[in-house]
Amino acid sequence: MATVFKPDETFRDDYRYGNSDSAILRFPFPFGEDGYMYGVNIEPHSRPGSSGAFAVAFDVDEHYVSECAERATALALEPGRCLVLPHMREAEWDTLELIMESLAADYPDQFALERQGDDWTWTNRPLGLHQRFRFGDATTLPHPPFEYIVRQAQGDFTLQDQRDGTLYIDGGIATTPADWSLAFDVGMTFHEWHGPVPLAHQAGVFDRALQYLMRVRYGHPARRLNWTMTINPRLDTSPENYPLWGPDRASLTAQTIGSRLFLRVELQSFFRLPRSNALLFGIRTYLASLDELTRVPKWGRRLHRVMRDLHPDIAEYKGLSRYHDLLVAHLAAYDDGRPTEPGIAPDINVLAG
Amino acid sequence: MMDTQTLTLAVAEAAFVAPGLRRITLVAADGARLPPAAPGAHVTLALPGETRILRNSYTLVGADPCAGYTMIVRRSERSRGGSRHIHEVLQVGDVIEATMPHTLFALHSQAKKHLLIGGGIGITPLLAFVAHLRARGGLFELHQIAGAGEACVFETLLAPRAGERIHVHAGRTGLDLVALLAAQPLGTHVYTCGPAGLMDAVDATAAALGWPRSHVHREDFGAAGGEPFMLRLAASGIEIAVAGDQTMLEAIEAAGVDTPSLCRGGACGVCIVPVREGTPEHRDHFLSEGERARGCHVMPCVSRSKSPVLVLDL
Ligand code: HEM
Ligand code: FES
Repeated sequence: MATVFKPDETFRDDYRYGNSDSAILRFPFPFGEDGYMYGVNIEPHSRPGSSGAFAVAFDVDEHYVSECAERATALALEPGRCLVLPHMREAEWDTLELIMESLAADYPDQFALERQGDDWTWTNRPLGLHQRFRFGDATTLPHPPFEYIVRQAQGDFTLQDQRDGTLYIDGGIATTPADWSLAFDVGMTFHEWHGPVPLAHQAGVFDRALQYLMRVRYGHPARRLNWTMTINPRLDTSPENYPLWGPDRASLTAQTIGSRLFLRVELQSFFRLPRSNALLFGIRTYLASLDELTRVPKWGRRLHRVMRDLHPDIAEYKGLSRYHDLLVAHLAAYDDGRPTEPGIAPDINVLAG
Repeated sequence: MMDTQTLTLAVAEAAFVAPGLRRITLVAADGARLPPAAPGAHVTLALPGETRILRNSYTLVGADPCAGYTMIVRRSERSRGGSRHIHEVLQVGDVIEATMPHTLFALHSQAKKHLLIGGGIGITPLLAFVAHLRARGGLFELHQIAGAGEACVFETLLAPRAGERIHVHAGRTGLDLVALLAAQPLGTHVYTCGPAGLMDAVDATAAALGWPRSHVHREDFGAAGGEPFMLRLAASGIEIAVAGDQTMLEAIEAAGVDTPSLCRGGACGVCIVPVREGTPEHRDHFLSEGERARGCHVMPCVSRSKSPVLVLDL
């Protein structure tokens, strides 16, 4: 089915955003069971899974055009949100090639890549771009290669250099961060940048996850889902801008929580890059309001149980403590006590009105 | 979706660069672009052996998406048939299955200087490193140890070398490792590839001189696959042969038995199975040392068997 873009959405100020029925049904709901705890929830990103969002390497959905406009706005305000250390030049070109190749192969009606040796022509129809350039020569592109391509992709990306038995976060773009700062983390190791996360270190989650990531091979990407919540469909929840969005947490009421509180799911992907041997990390954020999600009966029931039983340290870390009681009380109305099927799929094909 | 497991390659060129050394260039059999590769990357080729398919890993001396992958293969006296096939049978136009390029021997991005030490055919990844460092102006020094009569072959492979620190030594005695390593500036990384004796000597010398472990790199093709073995599933009584290039999990799935898995890389713990008999060869990151020692559980997505038969509670 051809995607119809919604080019007029906004993720700040007047917040014009919503999901179509088909976007709700393909939402990567992150809870496969009625409880949640940190674990090494990584799987190969190579075969379609239980969510439509898993079907291709880089999912392009109805919010594509608006999200690219939001990225341009964020970068215009703060160019430092895109930051790549000099030794990652090769990884920048690797990223550009991987994203261009994938989009052109997965969405041939929207994107095209023609290559004659190092003379490349890139066509991006949704954004109306047609660019000839020389692969490897940054002077032939309007932006550095990594920034050029991530301006045309949904979600944030980071570049990891693999050395000394760990990964270093040595570059990236973060205009849709869930309360973390690239400028602060850049140059850190895997265990250092995960420092603030509660419970998971002690459980050995990061040791195992790192061993797995260091062995991700070219052509065999991996993925996992992570989640948090955001008031309003705001993509840019950076620590630097906390005053712009943090106070919203205190503004929810029983009347507004259903439409103003969004489940924020990150479809995280891990790709080995071929020339640089770096690891590309994709953080693709999906937003859906409680009102949208509870239209799927299984998800409404499960969301209530997960939130009710959430470990307080996790609730605190994710910033939910302030409105947690309100949230559980709101969701209780969608839980009829019936059992839920395992897995994240909505288990329905059509949404009731 | 990017889920390509293998590449189908065709031999575009094959030539002897010396009596025991054959250089081959492989391109995509369908004429498409090949994936690029990092210097130091290798591919594993499936080659016909005397009794079965052999999987041999070869470093890519050159990897160009259009011009193809180049490797130099030494004819091994102890060859089980892989290098013998490449030397005696392989012809332009032959088709070979290969894995995607994989990098376990990589240049370190923070090295102030790269010291490359090769022995014999161990020169192959170093040739890729030299090409990369030349193109980017990286500081390097190379010492290659050549066997009888091969010094001039390596001299040719390393040309042009005007003004570069490249030394070809006739035999091990020509190279004083202690003096060489002791003379390196701070921040130098050493990379070695060649006979195990040479690589061990570089490791030991560096350690004795107090080099940080993280500054010493040696070639590694990894331990993908292994010896074939038999699986018996206690509950169903099914017997399954696990091939050398297959995981236990893949073999169980191929036999039509449904068993849970998630990461398929030994990290998540989902595929865990109790072991009834036999000795697992653990390769996961999930079980603790104590759990491994008890040998009661195994992660079939990555682990194998030390005993010819492994009996699982499945
Ligand atoms: C290169 C890959 C990765 C990058 C760049 C990355 C980055 C991050 C960052 C920046 C944070 C926020 C930390 C903070 O509070 O400042 C985070 C949180 C976290 N990461 Fe990762 N991560 C990566 C891979 C993984 C993997 C493979 C796992 C697997 C288990 C994982 C598990 C987590 C968890 C559980 C959290 C807490 C999230 C929450 O509760 O909202 N990360 N990660
Ligand atoms: S599937 Fe994750 S450990 Fe085997």
